[in-house]
Amino acid sequence: MSELSDRIQQTIDAEPVVAFIKGTHEQCMCGNSERALHALRSVGASFTAVDVLPDPAIRQELSALSSWPTIPQVFAGGELIGGADIVQELAASGDLEAKLDEKLGDSWRNGGEERTVELTERQNPLRLVP
Amino acid sequence: MSERLQTLLEEAFPDAQGVEVVDRTGGGDHFHVTVVSPRFTGLTLLDQHRLVHDALAEPLGDGTIHELRITTRGDS
Repeated sequence: MSELSDRIQQTIDAEPVVAFIKGTHEQCMCGNSERALHALRSVGASFTAVDVLPDPAIRQELSALSSWPTIPQVFAGGELIGGADIVQELAASGDLEAKLDEKLGDSWRNGGEERTVELTERQNPLRLVP
Repeated sequence: MSERLQTLLEEAFPDAQGVEVVDRTGGGDHFHVTVVSPRFTGLTLLDQHRLVHDALAEPLGDGTIHELRITTRGDS
């Protein structure tokens, strides 16, 4: 496993609810990612977003880990919940809250806090010198 | 492109009661597919969508599908 793959897995394991999206929680760059975040917000969930756009390798390694080909991907308690359609469908039927309760107890609301973390280091300027 | 997806889905779900492919933008890369098949009955949504991903592995893998929405239904 690559270092990036390890870091993705650690993020999935460590964050109660994590959404891999195109963009950030404040500036979402894709309709499907936005739908997934909207579904999480509709149930008042706190979540951590990971932007897959800065490095195509994030998406490749993530899909290899999850066997899920598309973005967004939402995980809770270390397990894949689904992409935008599933999370939206679960939120509409009330099953999303039940699933989060089941995986995380009652800690997942936590005031509906949102943040975005970066998985890849910003490029080291020294490496750009030929 | 819609026809290709339609064919792939019909081949993967020969017992489907309905397969619909909508090109959402007309650009041939944003699709909404709906599949109604008894194969979905009893499966989780994750596993239902995985079956659709499997059927569309080729256009998903080669980048011809830029965005995919999936609706699945089992026997109702």
